[in-house]
Amino acid sequence: MKKRKLSAAERREENWGWIMVAPTIIGLFILNIWPFIQTIYTSFCEHLGFGKYKFIGIQNYADMFGSAEFWKATWNTVWFCILTVPVGMVLALFVAMLLNTKVKFKGGFRTIFFLPLVCAPAAVAMVWQWIFNGEYGVLNQILGTNIQWITNSKTAVVAVAIVSVWSSVGYDAVLLLAGLQNIPKTLYEANSIDGAGKVRQFFTITLPMISPSLFSVLIMRLMASMKVYDLIYMMSDSTNPAMADMQSLMYLFYRSSFVAGDRGYGSAIVIWTVCLILLVTLFQFWGQKKWVTYDI
Amino acid sequence: MKSVNSLRRSYALGKFLTYFALIAGSLIMVFPFLWMLLTSFKTVPESMQIPATLFPSAFRLDKYKEVLENLPFVRLYWNTILLVFFRVICAIAFSSMAGYAFAKLKFRGKNILFTIVLMQMSLPSQIFLIPQYQMVAKMGMANTIFALVFPGLVSAFGVFFLRQTYMSIPEEVGEAAYLDGCNQWVTFYKIMFPLTGTSVAALTIFTAVFAYGDLMWPQIVNNDINMFTLSAGLATLRGMNTTDFPMLMAGSLLAMLPMVVLYLIFQRQFVEGIAGTGGK
Repeated sequence: MKKRKLSAAERREENWGWIMVAPTIIGLFILNIWPFIQTIYTSFCEHLGFGKYKFIGIQNYADMFGSAEFWKATWNTVWFCILTVPVGMVLALFVAMLLNTKVKFKGGFRTIFFLPLVCAPAAVAMVWQWIFNGEYGVLNQILGTNIQWITNSKTAVVAVAIVSVWSSVGYDAVLLLAGLQNIPKTLYEANSIDGAGKVRQFFTITLPMISPSLFSVLIMRLMASMKVYDLIYMMSDSTNPAMADMQSLMYLFYRSSFVAGDRGYGSAIVIWTVCLILLVTLFQFWGQKKWVTYDI
Repeated sequence: MKSVNSLRRSYALGKFLTYFALIAGSLIMVFPFLWMLLTSFKTVPESMQIPATLFPSAFRLDKYKEVLENLPFVRLYWNTILLVFFRVICAIAFSSMAGYAFAKLKFRGKNILFTIVLMQMSLPSQIFLIPQYQMVAKMGMANTIFALVFPGLVSAFGVFFLRQTYMSIPEEVGEAAYLDGCNQWVTFYKIMFPLTGTSVAALTIFTAVFAYGDLMWPQIVNNDINMFTLSAGLATLRGMNTTDFPMLMAGSLLAMLPMVVLYLIFQRQFVEGIAGTGGK
């Protein structure tokens, strides 16, 4: 296919192709590609105000890596992932398996578990903040405890993680349910004739068969948890003594760039976060080959 | 070998445990919403009673009145509706066109252009935020609906998603129309686009739910409360008042109500739409 002359019809097709992708491609250039380059450049600059920048080399990165607050935010983000991802996945798989049995009102249950997904995170965070309230919160009364959930540095991230798992478990369960429903019934039948117990069946059939769905949910949840912002923003406030112990990278990014106005530093933080997320992507390519069974 | 009776008993027990777990889980899912509703009818001292009362002493609507005075809710609804509307229209129009072209047409540069789409999808949107904000500011468009819609003018995800849909339509469908003398545009617009209804509905729901809940962008780009979305309005409400929880609950409830009502009407479409797009 070397420099063959295009026929008139082919040329028309090509023109239509270009016309039809044009809005998207132009949009992506303006909204994404150019900003991407700019963010990288800005991370090497000092913001002088009014959109003026001065190149300062790696100073922002040096400041960032020397900042205890930054490392704390990185740890908070990683800790948040550790708290939300495994628990969320186990619960979601559990719910999916319950919904995969012959139960009545299956649709109703699904609707209920999925409900938090359509609620604005800001509203969800608001009610949970009230439930978690240290003085008057209903959770302490139900549990008979006296924990300052949101203002205590040890429990603040845990509280946000609980809300996050609560919000996403229904969504993850629906994705896993689709995976479960794709497992051919004959596999179980053949297996139960061999006299295998339910537990063994779970580990030898169910788990390997839904490993692709499990893996994609894992990656999606990891990526979302790395970017956590709105729940933390809504559940903490500047007067919260546990603020430094719950702020995530994206929250620190927001505060540095748009509250403190230090956009160079903010850009460095976002580049760092992207690097962490790319790590997850690499892990995805590597893990897919290692753990995911695409056929049995 | 187990007897038939014991098998039946263990089956019944399993059934009972399944329902028990599902109902307990449902209660945990519903309780926060119920608590939100019940608290919104209480007075402040009543909400702080220990032990807490489940039901308010009377179903007062005072707090709703109060929150409507504190926040320009009509404006917030209207701004949110416009934001969602324009984001959805842009996502459908531009993504359908590009999705169709990437799936069905041959043109030079197709692969590299599609790589750009994939790259945008794999980068977190925050990396674009500062420059996007500066563009809006430079255009003098801060505090407008346009500013709210801006980052969602094109949707790389939508392109990717609809390309999958167009690829699943057999080649013959388009070819027949093409041979009948329709040009590529008419083939797309009259024949192919109408076949993608389910996917377009899914993309609509996905885009709408995401735009509705987004907090960071509206906060950054608009600082006039009359140009806020419901989510940004809630953040402001909480900033103004940290102890009047009945009012905060009333505000939260009003803010999430439209989407919840739509969800309850179109349950299946929502669940399948959001889960089917496999993103968020």
